[in-house]
Order: sequence, then structure tokens, then C-alpha cells
Amino acid sequence: MKSCRTFVRSFRDAFRSVIRNFSLSLASITCIAITLIIIAAALLMSDNVKNFTDEIEKDVTVVAFLDSDVTNEKRDNFEMFLKKNSNVELFDYKSKADVKEDMQKENETFSSILAEWDDANNPLKDTYTIKVHDVKKIGNTAKDIEKQDGVNSVQYGEGLVEKLVGVFDAIEKITFCAAIALIIVTVFLIINTIKLTIFSRKREIGIMRLVGASNSRIKLPFVIEGIILGMIGSIIPILIVVLGYTTMYDYFGGILFSPVIKLITPMPFVVNTSIIILLIGMIVGMLGSSRAVRRYIKV
Amino acid sequence: MKNVYKTYPNGVGAIFNLNLSIDRGDFVFIIGGSGSGKSTLIKMLYREEKPSRGEIILGGVNVGKLRNSKVYKLRRLIGVVFQDYKLLPKLTVYENVAFALEVTGVDSKEIRKRVIDVLTKVGLKHKAKEYPDKLSGGEQQRVAIARAVVNRPKILICDEPTGNLDSKISMEIMDILEKINKDFGTTVLMVTHDIDIVKQMKKRVLLLKEGRLEKDYKKGSFVDEKL
Ligand SMILES: Nc1ncnc2c1ncn2[C@@H]1O[C@H](COP(=O)(O)OP(=O)(O)OP(=O)(O)O)[C@@H](O)[C@H]1O
Ligand SMILES: [Mg+2]
Repeated sequence: MKSCRTFVRSFRDAFRSVIRNFSLSLASITCIAITLIIIAAALLMSDNVKNFTDEIEKDVTVVAFLDSDVTNEKRDNFEMFLKKNSNVELFDYKSKADVKEDMQKENETFSSILAEWDDANNPLKDTYTIKVHDVKKIGNTAKDIEKQDGVNSVQYGEGLVEKLVGVFDAIEKITFCAAIALIIVTVFLIINTIKLTIFSRKREIGIMRLVGASNSRIKLPFVIEGIILGMIGSIIPILIVVLGYTTMYDYFGGILFSPVIKLITPMPFVVNTSIIILLIGMIVGMLGSSRAVRRYIKV
Repeated sequence: MKNVYKTYPNGVGAIFNLNLSIDRGDFVFIIGGSGSGKSTLIKMLYREEKPSRGEIILGGVNVGKLRNSKVYKLRRLIGVVFQDYKLLPKLTVYENVAFALEVTGVDSKEIRKRVIDVLTKVGLKHKAKEYPDKLSGGEQQRVAIARAVVNRPKILICDEPTGNLDSKISMEIMDILEKINKDFGTTVLMVTHDIDIVKQMKKRVLLLKEGRLEKDYKKGSFVDEKL
């Protein structure tokens, strides 16, 4: 009951302080907002990249064509190699006869032509369809496969996929580094803001001590003030996340550049991201204010 | 207080071997020349300063040994009034007094009742909505006293409360302090330079000189003293 009262009053004090020192608070709020916008962009992007790489990984395969005159022994060796390779998840074998049948099913006119080929003069090749664990390493895996004895040629997403993933990966890393640097700057700015409000209320703090306010009652308003700054700072980033992402999603029709890259549907994705943004804002605010309180309010 | 010494960190000795005891509900003046250690003595009582040596027991609390984080409990037993009032200029009279209760977690209804009570006691109920800068010095000091006693402390400590006031207003303040002492049974310790007040009030008087207790006049035995 009493601690609840203390909390309510501290919150009220904190809110008044933010309003009273609004020009001062504004600098911190702006800095928090910029930081959170960048973090939001990084979050939206990394979640989407993770989503579509997961999607793509389900589809991306390496197709290995064996030599026409491959022996069973070479094929067995090749299968052994695939089983041992750590990046190979699954593989599926089709003999050239199977491939022929598949093609015949797909196309009527082909069907009659293909029917003339028998096993001996079938120009098609035995095929392995191989699924990998890590799309980023697909290039190396394909090269390794190509080097195997009896393998004629190898085909996979032509490097587009891995390049795309690589680019997004790099952008993501840069954004997160920038976000961390900005968080540090923001925390220092908040420390400074709270320091100034502490100094401007020295007299009040002195009287609080004199009349027997507990340490937590003295410190709590300032800590809450930092959290409030963080919360206010997260408003615009959250709006950008919700409105911006939804608009972008609609504009691009849910895909980016090609149907391969599907965007995450906005609901409930933007809500989750917004909650994360709000929490980060509050935590950054609290980090700054609790540091300032520890440093500038002596017990 | 037993064998209390106080030396400030800069090496200045302010109090030397002080032994004294004050009864509950008493009214005591502390007098002495400038720099004789009066303020230092009372600061040790409300734990603004720690004694360098010796023991101070106040209402059962060993003040010297009190941990920093527990000082607030001691402060709730003590009301303090200064020469410069120390009111908050942006708060009204009412809010200034209520402040002491708000920050110690008293509930709002109780705050209202107690603040109006104490403002009535110091005769300032009609000025409750004024801001401190609209009040005379005497009125401001009465607000400060109201704030000091609104949480019913056991001890009221005053450091030259009449230092900025003329003699007529000073006597009004003394009346209020006397009333608080009588009605609430609050122990009052008052540091002053004003020998006329001390002579008129006929209370126990402690005379400090260069950080030592020079004389301890029993109630009514004080005649005169050149400071
Ligand atoms: N914070 C401090 N740091 C160092 N020395 C101090 C401090 N406060 C007081 N002193 C010294 O301690 C001695 C006693 O000071 P104190 O303030 O107790 O005197 P006082 O009797 O209250 O004087 P006054 O009547 O002028 O208020 C003085 O020599 C003073 O210079
Ligand atoms: Mg003094």
C-alpha cells in the first residue's frame, strides 16, 4: 500500500519533471528516437531476412549430374561422400530413366520424342538433388560436389541467393553496430539530462532528506524520469514501424524484388517489433537514469 | 552524548569531549560565540555530520553507528528549522508543509488533515494557498516550523530560527515553539545568538565555547552572558 503510494507519487514527480524541463528532455527524446528508428529498421530487416532465407533454404538445392557412363561403384562412392558432408541435409537420386519419365509427364509433345530413347542412347544423366543446411555455404558445397569422381556438372541457384543473403547479412551487421554505438551515445545523453534535473532539484532533494524521505523515494522519480524519456522516445519509431512497414508491405504486395523474397505479414509482426522497441527504449532510459542517480545522488 | 569529539575532514576541530544529556520534553537553548560549534553539535544530532569519536544516543538510536541507508528513519524522529527557512519557492504554503508527509508515504487524506491542523496551530491557515515569496519572514519561518512538526517528531531542532527576524516577530516564533513543546511534548533544542530571548524564556541553557561545554545553566538560572 505504502510502496504503491511511493511509486505513484514518484511517477507523478517524474512526469512533472519531464514537462518542466521539456527543452532539456527533448534532446534526449530525439536521440532515443533516432536510435530506436535505426534499431527498428535493423529488426524489421533481420527478421525478414531470417524469414526468407528460411523459406529459400527449403527450396534451394544443388543438382548434380553424373557422367553418362558412371559406374555403380562411383555412384556408391559419391553417395558416401554426400552422407559425410556436414552441409548436406538430404539428397534424392533419380536415374536417367526416372528423369525421362518425369519429363514425359510434364509435356505431351516431348513425351513422344522421349519415348524413342531407350536406356542406351538416353542423353539424360543420372541426377542427385541435394539439400543443404546453410545456404551461405552452398557455393563451396557445390564446388566440392563437382570435384567428385563421376560428377559431370553441378547446378544451383546461380549464386544469386547466396549473394543476396550475404548482402543483407552485411547490412544487418553494420546496422546493429551503428545501433549499439547510438545506444551508448544515448545513454550518456540521458545521464547528462538526469544529472541536470538532479542539480536543478538539489534544494528539493536536501529537504526530502531532512524530513526523512527514504533513499528509494528520493531516487525513484529520477530513474522513472529516464524510463519516461525512453517511452516518449519510442513513440515515433513505433509509428514508423507500424505505419511504415504496413505501407511498404502493401506497396510491394508482400514481396521484394522477386517472388522468392516474401515479406513477413505485418500482423502480428509489427506489434511484436513495437513491443521490443518500447522495451529497448525503456531499458536505455533506465540505464542512463540509474547511472546518473548512482553517481549524482549521494546516499 | 558521551565524550563526543568532532573534527572536520579538513582538520578543523569543532567539538571536544562533549558530555550531556537532555530529557524528553525539555526546552533547551544552545548559545555561544561564532564558531563555537553550535551548528556542528546539532548537525551531529540529525546525522548531517558524524561524530569523530564518542557516542550519541537519541531516542534509543545510536546516531554515530547508524548506517547511511537508515538515516531517514532518524530524520522522521526529528524536525529541523533553519535561519533561512529552506522553503520550496514553487510550492504553496500548504504544499510545502504537505511535502514532508508526501515524501514519507503518508496517505493523502491523512496529509490533508494533518497539514490543516498544523497550519492552524502556527496561525497560517488563511495563507495556505500563498507562495512563500508573498509571505513575511516571520510567516515563512512559521511555515518552516509547521513543516518540521507536521510528522509529529520527538525532537525539534532549530538553528537560529529568529536570526533574520526582528524582536517582536521573534517572540511570536518563540510562542509557537513554546506551544509545540507544551502541546505535543516535543523536545525543543534551539541555537541562538539572541540573549534577550534566552533571558525571557527562562529555560535550560547550554553555553559552548571553542567546541567545549562551558556552562550548563539549569532552567531559570541563566542571568546574562557576553557572547
Ligand atoms: N563543513 C565544515 N567543514 C570544515 N569546517 C567546518 C565545517 N563546518 C564548520 N566548520 C568549522 O567548525 C567550527 C564550528 O563551526 P559551527 O558552524 O559549528 O559554529 P557555530 O557555533 O554554529 O557558529 P555560528 O554562530 O557562526 O553559526 C568552526 O571553526 C567552523 O569553521
Ligand atoms: Mg551556526
